[in-house]
Amino acid sequence: MLFKLSVRNMKKSFKDYAIYFLTLVLAVAIFYMFNSLDSQQAMLEVSQSTRSMIQLMIQLLGMISVFIAIVLGFLIVYANNFLINRRKREFGIYMTLGMGRRQISSIILLETILVGILSLFVGILVGVFASQFMSILVAKLFEADMSEYTFVFSSDSCIKTCIYFAVMYLAVIIFNTLTISRYKLINLLTAVRKNEKIRMKNPIISILVFIISVILLGYAYYLVTGGVYELNTEEKLLTPIIMGIVGTVGVFWSLSGFILRIIQTRKNIYLKGTNMFVLRQLNNKINTNIASMSIICLMLFMTISALSSSLSIQSALDSQLEKFTPVDVNLYKSAYLPESYVNSYTEQTVYYTEEQREDSKKPVSYTLETNGYDMNTLKDIVEIPIYAIPEWTFKYSLGNYFETAKKQFSMITYDTPESIIKISDYNKIAKIYGEEQYTLNDDEYIVLCDFEQMINIRNEALKESSNIQINGKTYHSKYNECKDGFIYMATTEMNAGIILVPDNFEIADEYIEEYLLVANYNADTDEGKQEIENTLIGSGDTEFFENVREKGIDLDGSSRISIVESSKGLATIIIFIAIYLGIIFLIASSAILALKQLTESSDNKQRYTILRKIGCDEKMINQALFRQIFVFFMMPLILAMIHSIFGIKFILSMLEVLASPDELLPSIIVTAIIIGVIYGLYFLATYFGSKNIIKEEE
Amino acid sequence: MSNVLEVKNIEKYYGNKSNLTKAIDGISFNVEMGEFVGIMGASGSGKTTLLNCISTIDRVTAGKIIINNQDITKLKGNKLNKFRREELGFIFQDFNLLDTLTAYENIALALTIQKVNPHEIDKKVKEVAEKLEISNILNKYPYQISGGQKQRVASARAIITNPKMVLADEPTGALDSKSARQLLETFEHLNKNLGATILMVTHDAFTASYAERIIFIKDGKIFNELIKGEDTRKQFFEKIIEVQTLLGGDLNDVI
Repeated sequence: MLFKLSVRNMKKSFKDYAIYFLTLVLAVAIFYMFNSLDSQQAMLEVSQSTRSMIQLMIQLLGMISVFIAIVLGFLIVYANNFLINRRKREFGIYMTLGMGRRQISSIILLETILVGILSLFVGILVGVFASQFMSILVAKLFEADMSEYTFVFSSDSCIKTCIYFAVMYLAVIIFNTLTISRYKLINLLTAVRKNEKIRMKNPIISILVFIISVILLGYAYYLVTGGVYELNTEEKLLTPIIMGIVGTVGVFWSLSGFILRIIQTRKNIYLKGTNMFVLRQLNNKINTNIASMSIICLMLFMTISALSSSLSIQSALDSQLEKFTPVDVNLYKSAYLPESYVNSYTEQTVYYTEEQREDSKKPVSYTLETNGYDMNTLKDIVEIPIYAIPEWTFKYSLGNYFETAKKQFSMITYDTPESIIKISDYNKIAKIYGEEQYTLNDDEYIVLCDFEQMINIRNEALKESSNIQINGKTYHSKYNECKDGFIYMATTEMNAGIILVPDNFEIADEYIEEYLLVANYNADTDEGKQEIENTLIGSGDTEFFENVREKGIDLDGSSRISIVESSKGLATIIIFIAIYLGIIFLIASSAILALKQLTESSDNKQRYTILRKIGCDEKMINQALFRQIFVFFMMPLILAMIHSIFGIKFILSMLEVLASPDELLPSIIVTAIIIGVIYGLYFLATYFGSKNIIKEEE
Repeated sequence: MSNVLEVKNIEKYYGNKSNLTKAIDGISFNVEMGEFVGIMGASGSGKTTLLNCISTIDRVTAGKIIINNQDITKLKGNKLNKFRREELGFIFQDFNLLDTLTAYENIALALTIQKVNPHEIDKKVKEVAEKLEISNILNKYPYQISGGQKQRVASARAIITNPKMVLADEPTGALDSKSARQLLETFEHLNKNLGATILMVTHDAFTASYAERIIFIKDGKIFNELIKGEDTRKQFFEKIIEVQTLLGGDLNDVI
């Protein structure tokens, strides 16, 4: 009997259940997708070094899933509470018919279980299919081979999803039982009619608050963009955050009153069709929902910022990586080792063997050849020595500016000798790297640097005076600033300074600090390159490398493949977490917004009935309803979008990623699609749900 | 005088064959331009169904209703809405004012949904407010004004569109006696000085006594008709009570 009643109730109130059901299905699907990542095909195809990154990511996602589950739990309880409230009267009737609280509770229990099972089933189904699409995304990010496609179902993730959601539904059931046990019959029967108080605000105060809020937001925007370099402590970072929150609340507090006031003065808009009614409805609704509107706006803001900036970090990193990995491999080793040196940490004296010292006097290629490496696997080989003289330190380079710099940046070690490269050596590297080549007169030098903070210090010094006394000769900088450039491959700008000197610069061989070998792999395909990589560097554990290290030769290197993988792995972790959290926040805020709108449907129903009675046709009424819900949904979104413009800029400047508008555009489009689909779904569900409610007969 | 309303032998059935309820069972009457007609009857007599049919909210099963030479039983969809919007004015028992709008806006809304030029609206609203003596409360919200004032705002909304006929459904039902009297005087004023045609449904004899002609309905049929003529209101009231007694109305209906 009760089961029949429950099923029939669900069918009857299907439209009410629509939003609840949508939320559950989306939540289940997203939860499944992100927890099934490890078994997705793309993950099985990626290379070994990337796999460790993925392991880390999966662990992180697992931990975040707990947090997500808590958020979803609250959301589901909230959404469910809305349903129970809508049906208070129904329960009241059951009670007058003599049904006990326990029986009502069991009806709700049955309904919750039914909806729960159904939503789990549909959600996992959606999740399984959606994760196939995500697999493609993963493959693209990790550059995995997806030529052989197979359909993947993760039973682990499925079980995990079921368990997590079962716990959430249990919470819902407990909550429902508590709610029902507190109800009084009279309240249940009269619950339908509860007029909200109409709160009207003084228009002048509204306008004032609006202006102040806009100024607050404007200043917060300025702080995170124009004045971003001032924000170097956590306390200073709090200022724009607090201003942003206060400004947002202020805008929602005053916006509708402000707009109403403005449009009221324009009679030909205000007194047209149902405009007046829609505006008043909105004014009323926003006034009673300031807190939730603000929270939703801020959640959307986080979603938009997280999604679009994480995606653009990826594309920015890609182009940056291309610039900083111009060749396949860098190999370097310390040159002209001394007989011994004192380890500054352990304070022990370390001695080098004769063999080690002999090898260190030869370039890298010598080490490769003598250790049996097949040099035919390499092409475009360029080898250069990098010098360092004890007297030419960073401090010496700075000259008179040293005192000022020391005061400002006390953390930098100023006593390290500068890396010195002869100009013709550098030009060989520059040629293969595709960088600018330079010429030098006998008394000139050039500073190459691309690390921003160092550029600032060095430029100040060069402006003051660039004369350097070495070997009784005076050298001066060819340019009064640093030139952009680098020698070692990296993920980003990391060259703190290299001095280029003329070829006739007098310097003995024992001042060679390091030998550098730059080369490309002698292969045309990615697979061929990977094969060479595996024999040479691998992840630093190839047979060749271990052999060399065993001899105590300090050979090291970096390859394009390893740099790209490690950097992409990191970026991908950030992206996945951002997308995961972002979508969950998005679902939460849309669901709350939708439920808020539907909660007020009974009041709305009365108002729309009046409109109908005084002669509005259905078209006008639907139009008015559509506008009202549209604006209600758009307001937090638009403010969130404005926030995001500055939020994204701030994130990018914090991460020191220079993203051009071209690089930002695709990620913004992807973000817009994700938000458009989810937010749009909720908008439509709300519109049709409300339409249905106001249509109901009295 | 021309007829604003002609009701010709209308019937309204509810239910199915096995259990048929005749809410209206062959009613015919006319209302002339500028008349103030009351329709009386106990609850369940069919008076509200009749009003709903005339006001195009409900459809008749048989018969014709002609308003201003147009058979409204043949109108459909948007034409019906348009007709209702432009030719009829409504006053309801529970005022039906929008709580989010001021009195001014409630009145103006009737015009804005007719797509009247916004510049004329302001003038018209002020004019009608003047006539109904509600100019001083125009900027107040419904919750800030009394029941009587609300009903006068509703009346203003009903007549501002210059309807062919104003339909009032138990207009004094939610008012105290003083407010009710004031409202009825307003109706009289609307009818006599502004030439409004009013059709009012009520079960209250005192309220009905303000009309010029009363049609009594019992069990879906016209039972009797009273015309005020040269009578004073008191005499008319007594006559109404007499008919009500005949009708078998319960004692509670007598003041």
